[in-house]
Amino acid sequence: MSYIAKPKVTHPKIPRNNLGLTVRDYEGAVSTLCAGCGHDSITAALIQAVFELGIEPHRLAKMSGIGCSSKTPAYFVSQSHGFNSVHGRMPSVTTGANAANHDLTYIGVSGDGDSLSIGMGQFAHVIRRNLNMCYIIENNGVYGLTKGQYSASADVGTKAKKGPANKQMPIDPVSTAIGLGATYIARGFSGDKQQLVPLIKGALTHKGFALLDIISPCVTFNDHEGSTKSYSHTRRFYHHVIDTDFVPPAAEIKAAYDEGEAMPVELHDGSKIVFRKLDRHYDPTSRAAAFTYLRDSVQRGEIITGLLYIDHESGDMHNLSGSVDKPLASIPYQELNPGKEMLAKVMSRYR
Amino acid sequence: MSRVNDVVIKIGTVNGTGSASANGLLMKAIFRMGVPVVGKNYFPSNIQGLPTWYEIRVTGDGYQSRSDRVDIMVAMNAQTYAKDLAEVTSGGWLIYDSTWPRSNLLTREGVTVLGVPLSRMCNEHFEGARARILMKNIAYVGVVAALLEIDLEIITGLLEETFAKKKHLVKQNQDAIRLGYDYARENFTCPLPVTVKPMDKTRGHIIIDGNTAAGLGCVYAGATVGAWYPITPSTSLMDAYKAFCKQFRREEGTDKKKFCIVQAEDELAAIGVVLGATWNGARAFTPTSGPGISLMGEFLGYAYYAELPAVIFDVQRAGPSTGMPTRTQQCDFMACAFASHGDTRHVLLFPASPEECFYSAIEAFDLADRLQTPVMVLSDLDIGMNDWMCPELQWDESYVPDRGKVLSAEELESMTKFHRYLDVDGDGIPYRTLPGVHPKGSYFTRGSGHSKYGAYTEDSAEYKEVVDRLLVKWETARKLVPGPAIKYSKFNRVGIVSVGSCDGAVNEALVRLKEKNIGLNYCRVKAFPFSAEVRDFIEKHDQIYVVEQNRDAQLRALLMLDLEIDPARMVPLLHYDGMPIHAGFVVNRVLAELAKGQAA
Ligand SMILES: Cc1ncc(C[n+]2csc(CCOP(=O)(O)OP(=O)(O)O)c2C)c(N)n1
Ligand code: SF4
Ligand SMILES: [Mg+2]
Repeated sequence: MSYIAKPKVTHPKIPRNNLGLTVRDYEGAVSTLCAGCGHDSITAALIQAVFELGIEPHRLAKMSGIGCSSKTPAYFVSQSHGFNSVHGRMPSVTTGANAANHDLTYIGVSGDGDSLSIGMGQFAHVIRRNLNMCYIIENNGVYGLTKGQYSASADVGTKAKKGPANKQMPIDPVSTAIGLGATYIARGFSGDKQQLVPLIKGALTHKGFALLDIISPCVTFNDHEGSTKSYSHTRRFYHHVIDTDFVPPAAEIKAAYDEGEAMPVELHDGSKIVFRKLDRHYDPTSRAAAFTYLRDSVQRGEIITGLLYIDHESGDMHNLSGSVDKPLASIPYQELNPGKEMLAKVMSRYR
Repeated sequence: MSRVNDVVIKIGTVNGTGSASANGLLMKAIFRMGVPVVGKNYFPSNIQGLPTWYEIRVTGDGYQSRSDRVDIMVAMNAQTYAKDLAEVTSGGWLIYDSTWPRSNLLTREGVTVLGVPLSRMCNEHFEGARARILMKNIAYVGVVAALLEIDLEIITGLLEETFAKKKHLVKQNQDAIRLGYDYARENFTCPLPVTVKPMDKTRGHIIIDGNTAAGLGCVYAGATVGAWYPITPSTSLMDAYKAFCKQFRREEGTDKKKFCIVQAEDELAAIGVVLGATWNGARAFTPTSGPGISLMGEFLGYAYYAELPAVIFDVQRAGPSTGMPTRTQQCDFMACAFASHGDTRHVLLFPASPEECFYSAIEAFDLADRLQTPVMVLSDLDIGMNDWMCPELQWDESYVPDRGKVLSAEELESMTKFHRYLDVDGDGIPYRTLPGVHPKGSYFTRGSGHSKYGAYTEDSAEYKEVVDRLLVKWETARKLVPGPAIKYSKFNRVGIVSVGSCDGAVNEALVRLKEKNIGLNYCRVKAFPFSAEVRDFIEKHDQIYVVEQNRDAQLRALLMLDLEIDPARMVPLLHYDGMPIHAGFVVNRVLAELAKGQAA
């Protein structure tokens, strides 16, 4: 842990985004997580992604539950509002926040304990609402903050530092999300920032519920020999199914892709996600195919990563319920109050 | 002995057979004759096939509570016939369907049994099984109308309003009522010695239930986000909000909604949604009942400590646990006042009628925004689901919502630095900002230890500074919440303190006691924390009877805790069988207590 404040000097040639801000403007407080914790690498990728997207810091809302992972919103974009809620309940708070103001960009950071145990119900239901948010599970297979108990994402056979191997079936957030109807589903690895940044950018731009399940090793409680969520295990079985590029609106798709393999999908704001299939047979727009592929990969012992599924057409919570375009919280009271005359009319029904 | 406009009619039926509309019709007709009424629905926790009762008290004196008497019993349910007969007050009448003569027909001395072949008449007159059953349940309205001299024209008028779009139903219902009416006129001496005579006591009044009024209050308060998980007896509050929103909250041209209702997966999520929405500047609420309050515990403590507004309606029902979901009680005072772990306390409002539900809803949003804390409105099944006669709701066009201390973009722009939890004004209420408004407004909302600057802390002094300041805010709340309603009878050393839906019974008891030359003073608390007037009232008296509807004297306990009043001065008068309290109970208990005092 380090409590030393970061120096805020910027090099004149440091890159600036469309708002004229540098990546330093998207940093947060100094992390208090263990040195080497996967979560810190995800924080770094998040900073890079929001910087590159040029999101105004104060138009970003950082939501989280409780856990080491849920602490991380304090470590990026300190000029954004944060809501560090209670354990497992970030989805409901984000639902309410979004109900009141759908004009902000919502990042929810959660852990495997936060989302798959105590918060499994809320996780499932926020997906059903297709809430417009980027939902990140920093998945380390343990409860870091309470010192290393198995979480619901622990694989069968994985070994804790002490005690017997896990015997219970894991809950896989990705296949769960496919089953529940999530509209953007990706898996990444905290150790692969290059893959992560476009996945996050896509998730932030996608209009609807975007899940990022990110393997994020806990160096203190789950990075040893025999653990299936360690750095070495993940590196070994890590399998890119799809590489993704995120192309902002109006920008040209530059990278050269092999014919038949590159597949651009346009998002609601005109930006594009370009899939580069490393596996020829994979179809990321078919829910059924994604599900089958995923199940088979588990049998092969592979940790498949990339943007595994996208549906950019389904409406989000507000579309589904038919809300006005203006954020509800910004509607002036005069427009909300039916007035004296109307009340008198209503009264006549009860006479 | 003959009585005018003082009669209790109770109708026993089977739920799911359409009797609700017949009972409503009867009650409305009497109300339209200008005579005050009280309606109570006693229904089972079941959808179809179990006994249910509706009680209409005709009260020319305009009392608000139910009576402990039944003058006319309409026993439409053979299953409960014996029980219903036993319940009739001596000198009363029982009406039953005599289509099938009962060999074991029970009789009771002092009760006149009136048989009407309702099924036979309806079977002869109507086609189809469904219509026959429904019309049988309307026909008894005609019988009662004949016996009490209720105006048939008013009934017809009501039918025409109800079935404005289905004219044939007006005729059908009218025929059924006529069948009952004519049969009664031909076979019994009509009217009975008890009658209903037109008065002019309901002008300017309406008949409405508390949940409808509260839902309407949420619309008028400007609430845009409602989150809930269905639970009796609170469900109809969200139903009402939704129905009024559909009417009043559509965008012209697009028909899009200026509201968002989230039917959450449970009450934990419902309160989470509310907090997310208020954090973002919307007015948001959730209606629930006791079990929901239990589930909301963790978040309620969060809201108290992170200082987020929220409005929660707890329409109380009989506990503990699932308890009796369709019976009334005031049993959540303690659970709500201290909902959540740690040193947590919440502001509570106690409406006593549907009318007060409407105004309390608006007040709750103002207080929640002003105090940046959850405000819970505690009504109960009796207020929430029963039809009450109350003055028409009024709207003051000059009303402006009190959104509390929220900094605007301009204000933030002119500040050097914003700190979330500083007590700038000395009232314990800090300033807050809304996300997305201005870069300088950002802060980290957390339930973990924080300093007055909003930063994470585990430092003892910094932690204490904030939790102590919350006590300053609590004292501000005490000054802002509505004070009690106090009635002095004459100077007396004995008083009653009561709350919410006990009000009608207590007021009526005061009149009855006065007739016996016992004058008691009365203080009805309207909010927690208790304002100074509540303390003053209690301190003026040697003895206080605390009347409430729970087993554990929860209001009394709150008075002890919040005002440090000597428990010996407060005698609990507790009604908690699940039925609404009535004046007779209060009178008897007061007399018994007074007698004890004399014996000692
Ligand atoms: C209601 C409640 N129960 C238990 C806890 C204790 N607790 C804090 S964090 C945590 C587990 C966090 O695990 P995870 O979400 O995987 O986060 P990680 O620390 O692994 O990143 C638990 C059980 C709590 N904060 N609240
Ligand atoms: S305990 Fe594990 S999860 Fe928590 S900070 Fe340390 S390494 Fe990260
Ligand atoms: Mg974890």
